[in-house]
Amino acid sequence: MALYSEKVMDHFRNPRNVGVIEDADGIGEVGNPVCGDIMKIYLKINDEQVINDVKFETFGCGSAIASSSMATELIKGKPLSEALQLTNKAVTEALDGLPPHKLHCSVLAEEAIKSAVKDYYDKNGIEYDPADFPEDHDCEACHVH
Amino acid sequence: MFVYADNAATTAVSKNVLDAMVPIYTEVYGNPSSLYSVGQKAKEILEESRERIANILGAKPREIYFTSGGSEADNQAIVSAARFGEKKGKKHIISTKFEHHAVLHTLQALEKEGFEVTLLDVHENGVVTPEQVADAIREDTALVTIMYANNEIGTVQPIAEIGAICKEKGVLFHTDAVQAVSHIHINVVEQNIDMLSISAHKFHGPKGVGVLYARGGVALTNIINGGAQERGKRAGTENLAGIVGMTVALEDAVAHMDENNAKFEKLQDRLIEGLSKIPYSELNGDRNQRVKSNVNFCFEGIEGESLLLLLDDKGVAVSSGSACTSGSLDPSHVLLAIGRPHEVAHGSLRISLGEDATEEQVDYIIKSVTEVVEYLRSFSPFWADLKSGKRPHVFH
Repeated sequence: MALYSEKVMDHFRNPRNVGVIEDADGIGEVGNPVCGDIMKIYLKINDEQVINDVKFETFGCGSAIASSSMATELIKGKPLSEALQLTNKAVTEALDGLPPHKLHCSVLAEEAIKSAVKDYYDKNGIEYDPADFPEDHDCEACHVH
Repeated sequence: MFVYADNAATTAVSKNVLDAMVPIYTEVYGNPSSLYSVGQKAKEILEESRERIANILGAKPREIYFTSGGSEADNQAIVSAARFGEKKGKKHIISTKFEHHAVLHTLQALEKEGFEVTLLDVHENGVVTPEQVADAIREDTALVTIMYANNEIGTVQPIAEIGAICKEKGVLFHTDAVQAVSHIHINVVEQNIDMLSISAHKFHGPKGVGVLYARGGVALTNIINGGAQERGKRAGTENLAGIVGMTVALEDAVAHMDENNAKFEKLQDRLIEGLSKIPYSELNGDRNQRVKSNVNFCFEGIEGESLLLLLDDKGVAVSSGSACTSGSLDPSHVLLAIGRPHEVAHGSLRISLGEDATEEQVDYIIKSVTEVVEYLRSFSPFWADLKSGKRPHVFH
């Protein structure tokens, strides 16, 4: 079996929603160059709290790029409340699976979206339950033996 | 265009080699241990192969042991030296930080048994010096094991000089010559080598066969127990077709080594010059003291796995030392050993040319790599931060 599913390769080769939103309402960045992956998500959110547009930039491996692409597709046009429900599992399933050692890429995608939503809430003084937003995990830990 | 440029990983079996192997499978299929004619014919070919390989290495036939490949040869060489040293109370081994895992993991296993291992630092150019070895040798040093040429960055070590120091101090010296034997003329006597490992598939021989050279007088310990093959030091019916294929492959490689190296040198110059034009990129390993077919680069702001997958789409087969391709969380231990920071080591690319490589292919590699690096940087937030000065560049 190939390393990646056809779906992963499709999203890796033709990533959707690549780019920057200059006047983004929320920006989330997770990951670390030392670990080898960074994802940055830009959200454009309208008055009805719906994600009108989403773009991403990613530094990382094939599955990191594919996970970013799929995650942005899954939340585009959705209300924020729904975007916040997006799990790494949903991203992985939508990609027809990821190899076990690549699952963290889908986790990064989930965290990047949550981080962008949190940024939007913070900027607009909207109250939220901090429990909905995971702490940035310690990327330094991944290269310490 | 399809360009296979991962010859340090493995090579295609050549027609010459295959032609020599087929009759062994179909005609001389006897077991060399059998007494009837077809067995004895096999035995004759086995011993003739041993002699031909010994001749190439400047060794005696009885010093050549056939193994399943480079990893087995490395394992047996190191374990043998450890067992021999242990009997005399010598439980210290010297190696380097950028050895192949066949060496490093064997050493780790010995550490768990109570051996002490000194892994020498590797200089930024990917070379260890004889002085480092001399300084590290102790009264209780049982073995020095240092690779001849590095498998990732191709840097060539001063093996003859290191061997001379070991000889003078009475310490056994092993070298993993898997990446060197088809690129550098090796003579085990002149280069003071006590033990040496070779793998056939790196020079157009078949997979699953290799050689451990062990100088007469070096006591080998079995790691595969059973029958009395290989003078009782390596059990198992001999892989005769593989051995014959390896013999032909090695003879071909050595016969054409100088002309191949002259050709590689030009292509290597062209590749390095072309890839250096990519902004914020740098060659890994010494510019000159390297195997002529190897080029290894780091590119800032991108990750190696995505680079090589997109190159594969363009028909270019190469490899990377990124964490995602190493199957661990850390990038290549070789790149870290020569001082590359993690974030740069993730963006590495190894190109190892084959003898049939052309200028057109090299130009195609340069063009493809340039395009893919540029594309991946176009949406890399890491690259954006480097460009804006938010994060510092490593290269200039």
